[in-house]
Amino acid sequence: MRSDRNARAPLGLKIAAAGGLAFLHLPILLIFVYAFTTEEKSYQWPPPGLTAKWLAVTWNRPDVWEALGLSVRVAAISTVVAMVLGTLCAAAVSRTRFFGRETISLLVILPIALPGIITGIALRSAFNIADIPFSFWTIVLGHATFCVVVVYNNAVARFRRTSSSLIEASMDLGADGFQTFRHVVLPNIGTALLAGGMLAFALSFDEVIVTTFTAGQQATLPIWMLEELVRPRQRPVTNVVAMVVVLVTFLPILAAYYLTRDGDRVAGAGK
Amino acid sequence: MQTAVAFSKVSRHFGQVRAVDGVDLEIGEGEFFAMLGPSGSGKTTCLRLIAGFEQPTFGHIEIFGETAEGVPPYRRNVNTVFQDYALFPHLSVADNVAYGPMIRGVPRAARMKAAEEALELVQLPGYGARQPGQLSGGQRQRVALARALVNKPKVLLLDEPLGALDLKLREQMQEELKTLQRSLGITFVFVTHDQGEALSMADRVAVFNHGRIMQVGAPEEIYRAPRSRFVADFVGSSNILPPEAVERFAGRKAWASLRPESIRLAATGGRAATVLGHSYLGAATRLTVDMDGQRLTVLLPAGADVPANGTRIEIEWKASDLHVMEDDT
Repeated sequence: MRSDRNARAPLGLKIAAAGGLAFLHLPILLIFVYAFTTEEKSYQWPPPGLTAKWLAVTWNRPDVWEALGLSVRVAAISTVVAMVLGTLCAAAVSRTRFFGRETISLLVILPIALPGIITGIALRSAFNIADIPFSFWTIVLGHATFCVVVVYNNAVARFRRTSSSLIEASMDLGADGFQTFRHVVLPNIGTALLAGGMLAFALSFDEVIVTTFTAGQQATLPIWMLEELVRPRQRPVTNVVAMVVVLVTFLPILAAYYLTRDGDRVAGAGK
Repeated sequence: MQTAVAFSKVSRHFGQVRAVDGVDLEIGEGEFFAMLGPSGSGKTTCLRLIAGFEQPTFGHIEIFGETAEGVPPYRRNVNTVFQDYALFPHLSVADNVAYGPMIRGVPRAARMKAAEEALELVQLPGYGARQPGQLSGGQRQRVALARALVNKPKVLLLDEPLGALDLKLREQMQEELKTLQRSLGITFVFVTHDQGEALSMADRVAVFNHGRIMQVGAPEEIYRAPRSRFVADFVGSSNILPPEAVERFAGRKAWASLRPESIRLAATGGRAATVLGHSYLGAATRLTVDMDGQRLTVLLPAGADVPANGTRIEIEWKASDLHVMEDDT
């Protein structure tokens, strides 16, 4: 019997695939290499020499710490806001039937489909009209618009897979709404929430466009990097920071992937 | 006998659909009560009304003399065994069973002991450490039963609990449920679409159709004296004779039911009929015969001579076996 699974790919296809992957990932490696170059004014290839001194330089730059701190705080608060709102919204949409349910579902997802620049302009003019000065909270508000979506999507998928009779069973056994949420709902959607939260954190952490419109004079880490690129001195510092950003965003996404991959077993074992 | 559950003129409408339509019902304490009917007949909605998952649109429900309307499921001394068992997938079997006591604040050691006792009651001693996913369908059903019984409910509701089991296991569970109910003395309310199950297990059966109760009575009463064509046909298929035919036999112009096993082959003096077909059922043989244009099903006990297709035979029945029905529905 013929099986496509065992058929060997032709050489041309293999080369094309390798080329595609190289195109995607080599530039990232380049960023890492430049973090160790001795040349500080321009990106010269090959690097004239290698040094680890930029790690120390970066460590001692207060502006880096300031931007990093702001980014972490914004991402953390946006994620918390998104987790609360996203879960509530997902519960409402998947557990009950009401007029306009599909519309609400669409409206919640829309911000991630909308170009960030439009969200940004819209928020900026809204803040202007309402006379709200730019602050930490305006950035959080901007980020929450798309963070809610990823949490919502994860939670809705898990809610749909969780049998609704579990909630009825819990009530039947004497648990009120809050106890049911704590002992039955949360353990069943927990991993989905965690995954959604990690994605939300990663999204918020490297967001540039919406932030540009809602940050005012403050610089989150990506904004700081953007500004730093036009400065002539100590360029490798940006690359060191870039390396950190890659790690900080990549690890949560990887964790989210593994958490949701095994999700079927957690939620579907009751049937 | 105290009344465990009482419905008076209870209706539950979902939009235009009258899932339950003016039901009056009294279930006695310690009774094994079956709600029997085809799917969509309102029997499960009635069960959910007792559990508190549904509220009546009209009418009044009392559970042990207390008004049930507006009382949420978690404040009712009633527990349910769900059709899909609804075991919590993230908890071990013991934690599943101990869920009710845990919510009531029973300390861990005491509730684990109660859980183990409940598991023994359903013949699953020592299964506490397993996960629900590791159990077979029959075992999950027993865990669901233990999880409900550990709370010592006044009424236990069972929603088609045997529906997902295979025949052999189902028959075994029927016996066990019956024994369990007798020994615990708890009121069982059991929903099923399987008439054999309802007849063999219940003290009394309510037959549902289109959101109404067609008839309530002991299994024998329902079987021997169905009040309407629907009940006669749904509870153990019966020969339903039209008024014209019944007028000839019984002198009354009304629909009548004649159970297949009440009809015998007669040597002489019976009514003439022609054999159309037969099928072998093991314990009996089912004949289809034609009697003056009226098709009848006849059940012959094993060992009887089975006439060949096309044979002219004579059949008879006791006049008292022809049950003339009051309703014409």
